[in-house]
Parts: sequence; structure tokens; C-alpha cells
Amino acid sequence: MKYFSHAQFIYQQFPSLKTFIEKLFILNFRILTQYMNMALADICKLNFSSKSSLTKLPSNEEVFNAEAQDCFSIPTAPQAASYLSHLSKPDSDVHIKFNHGTTTLAFKFQHGVVVATDSRATAGDYIASQTVKKVIEINPYLLGTMAGGAADCSFWERVLAKQCRVYELRNKERISVAAASKVLANMVYNYKGMGLSMGTMICGWDKRGPGLYYVDSDGQRLNGSMFAVGSGATYAYGVMDAGYSNDMCVEDALALGKRAIYHATHRDAYSGGFVNLYHMKESGWEHISWTDVKDLHYAYKNEKK
Amino acid sequence: KMSRYDRAITVFSPDGHLFQVEYAQEAVKKGATAVGVRGKDIVVLGVEKKSVAQLQEERTVRKICTIDDHVCMAFAGLTADARVIVNKARIECQSHRLTVEDPVTVEYITRYIATVKQRYTQSNGRRPFGLSALIVGFDYDGTPHLYQTDPSGTYHAWKANAIGRSAKTVREFLEENYNADTAASEVETVKLTIKALLEVVQSGSKSMEIAVMRRNHPLQILESAEVEKVVAEIEKQKEEEAEKKQKKMKKSS
Repeated sequence: MKYFSHAQFIYQQFPSLKTFIEKLFILNFRILTQYMNMALADICKLNFSSKSSLTKLPSNEEVFNAEAQDCFSIPTAPQAASYLSHLSKPDSDVHIKFNHGTTTLAFKFQHGVVVATDSRATAGDYIASQTVKKVIEINPYLLGTMAGGAADCSFWERVLAKQCRVYELRNKERISVAAASKVLANMVYNYKGMGLSMGTMICGWDKRGPGLYYVDSDGQRLNGSMFAVGSGATYAYGVMDAGYSNDMCVEDALALGKRAIYHATHRDAYSGGFVNLYHMKESGWEHISWTDVKDLHYAYKNEKK
Repeated sequence: KMSRYDRAITVFSPDGHLFQVEYAQEAVKKGATAVGVRGKDIVVLGVEKKSVAQLQEERTVRKICTIDDHVCMAFAGLTADARVIVNKARIECQSHRLTVEDPVTVEYITRYIATVKQRYTQSNGRRPFGLSALIVGFDYDGTPHLYQTDPSGTYHAWKANAIGRSAKTVREFLEENYNADTAASEVETVKLTIKALLEVVQSGSKSMEIAVMRRNHPLQILESAEVEKVVAEIEKQKEEEAEKKQKKMKKSS
């Protein structure tokens, strides 16, 4: 602010100087942006191989069209992924640290799919929230879980919801879980290496029966009957594997999902809060419960007596 | 006056016609006849084989093309345009298998072909495709389908239809002779297709090609011997009916 008032004073004294500098700015705006880009690049420690690719900022039209197509305009550089890789390298100064502290799980059994998550969000050692909804309701018969970057998960799963609806309208039938998970996987594959962080399980029930796919931002897409994702995944796997059978009844399956999350929250510092439990049936998903792990702790303790 | 509105494809005439599209439909009417009949468990395509020159290899002239294992099409109109459409459709079928992990439904690929055709009626510097197509196949849930597309990019589902030369005559014949019983029997469906083609084709089984597709089976092009057999049957039946009629007339007079 100090300098601004100084400049004002000088301009008042020498009005022709003001016009001169203004002209300078207008004429040399292109060069100016180039220098600014260079300066910015220096601060962010990014390396650009060629100068020319930077002077072209995306036009308004390109940005607008990109929004209409639910994607981000990829930076206009020869190899966007390689120069954005600084954002995801752990030892880089500008590394974006995503909180992968979470436990989410899903498994298929004869009566559908059980989906359970915890609800803790951490920022380093600080517990930012104990009440995060990590199950995303894509549509009445498709669920997605959230692990990794919350914004990445919820944004892309909302875009997926839109694509699923358009598919339904065009083809007069619901999209299959395989197709929905593939749409998501292909969408994020375009941004591979650019710092997206998403590890989600797409669960649903379609013509082929219950469906469960694991999709992540590295481009992995796996079909399976049981997945656990997050920092507490290993604890959840142990409990799930011990009690799992395809021929479980609904009650037992839900109890198993709940118990697996509880045990993960008990031992993993970055998981906790509430257990969010869903059951995917032929008629769509049903939200079962939102249970405080504290209550579960004492309930299980009393069982042992 | 008409000539002012028929040069460019993207121009409507004052009375609402797209003349280029209509001229494309005329091109279709000049093409060799194609017939399609949808049965309950079988779909049949029949095409009129225009006579080939003496030195020409007959086998290289194919008017019935597979689009995928479970979908095939016959066309009437410009053969070269058809080649382009068939190519695009084949790629789209595989692309669909890749992104959706399911084979296309007949409706989907028909819609795709129709969309491509419509795009060419609304672009600068391009002319419409001069062909109509009959697309047959089975969806993965087993339902048989027969669709027809035309140069304007519209598509409709049919139980039985004909395109190309004398299509109207053939369609009228089909309307009179197609019924649920015919559709229920595989043999009858094939017979109806051949009968319909015989209405317009001159020299019998030599100038027609019949292809059948059964559920979960690939396209099967019938041998000329088989077609000959059915044609002979049909001729015999016709003779018998003619005799019966004569007898009736004799009796009544």
C-alpha cells in the first residue's frame, strides 16, 4: 500500500510518465506474462523445456468448453504430467499432502454388497473431523466410497453420476456397475500423474447381480468380492477374512462390516469417529446405521463377558 | 426453382425439404433389393444379387456384412458409402465392448449408424450417405431385432421390411404374408424371405443370397443348394395352389 501511494504521487507530478508506463504495459503484456510465468515457475521449482508453449494461455472458449465437458483444462505444456509431477513427489517443496487416513471396506455376498466406512478426517496429527461422510451416493443403485483426496473423490463421483444418468436416458436401461466403474477409471486416467488422489470402490447391483469394483487415480480398476482401502485397511482385512463367507445372512454380513471398521479404528490412529454402514440390495442401496465406535467398543467388550 | 435449393446439403427449401437427402433416397431406390424378416428365434436377411460379369469373381461382391458376432446388416444403395458405414459400425461395436464391457444392443448400433448418417446431412461440404441399411441381430438377453435406417438418419424397428428396388412391392407382399405363426417357425421365416425376394428377382435362386442368424450363433450364409431346395418347394406349392384354383373355377362354372 505504501508503494501504491508513492506511485500515485509520482504520476501526479509527471502525467506523461503515467501514459508512458501504461503504454509500456499494454505493448509488453505478452512479455510481461512470460516473465511472470518464469518467475512463478522459479518459485514452484518447475522446469519448462520450451518457452513458446507457455505464452499461449487457454482461451476463454477452451476453458468454457472444458467446464461443459466436466474436465479440467490440462496445462498447455508439452508433457503436463511430467512437469506436474513435482506436486506429487513427497520430497518436493510444493507437494500436496493428501490425507489417506481412513478405513473403507466393501464385500459381496449372496444377498448383495455391504459397504462400511469410518468418518475421521486428519490433518497431520490434528483430527479435523469425526463426522465425514465417506460413502457417496451416486444414484439409488450405485455407491462410491471415499479414500484419498476428499475433493477428488466427491467431484469425480458426481461427474460419474451425471454420466450414469445420461447413459440411462440414452439407452433406456440402467448402466452396469462394470461400465460405471470403467467410465470413472477412464476419466481419471486422463489426469494420471498430475496429482489426483482417489481410491474408491464402486458398488452396485445390476443385471449380472451384485457388483464391486476398486478404482483408483493410478488407473487401477479391479473386480473383486472384497476390498478394504485406506490406512486401516490391513486391520479391516484381518477381521473380514476371519468372518467372511458368501452364504452369510444379511444380519451377519452387516455385523461383520461394522466389526471390521471398529477394529480398524481401534488400532489405526487415523481412523475413527462413526461407522457408516450401507447394504446394496437388488432394489438399490439402504443406509443401515451410523454408529459411534465408542458404543461399539463397549458393546463388543460386554459380548466377551 | 428447385435447383436453387438442392445444391448445398445444409439448405432447406421453402417448403421444408432437404433435397440432397431426398436425392440420396432416390439413389437407394436404384439399389438392389434387400429383405429382412424377424422371427422369434431367427433373423433372416435376403439380398438380390445383381448378375456379375463373366470374368468377375463372384465371391468378392458381398452385400451382407457382419458388424459383430451378434449383429449383421444388409444395405441398398451406394456400395462404397456402405463400406464406410460398416467400417465405422464395426469399430464402434468394439469400442463399446471396451468401455462398457458388454456387446452392443442392436438398437444401440443402429442409433450410432443413424447418428453418423444424420451428421452428414448437417455438415458443410459433405453429402449424405446414399444407402439404407437393414440391421438384424440378437441382444445379449436374447431378443431378436430388425432395424432399418435411411439416408436422413432416421431409424425404425420392423418385423419385416424391404429396401431398394421394388421395395414397395416386396413390403406389401410381406404385410400380407407375415404373421405370428411364420415368425415362430425358423423354416417358415426363411421361406417367407425367399418368397418375398422371388417377387422381384428374375431368375430364381441364382440371383439371391440368403443369410440367417440364430440366437448365440454367428451369421450363416445359406448354400445355393439349400436356397434352390426352398425355391423348388415354393414353386411346387405355387403350382399346387394354381391347380386347386383351376379345379375350383371348373367346379363353380
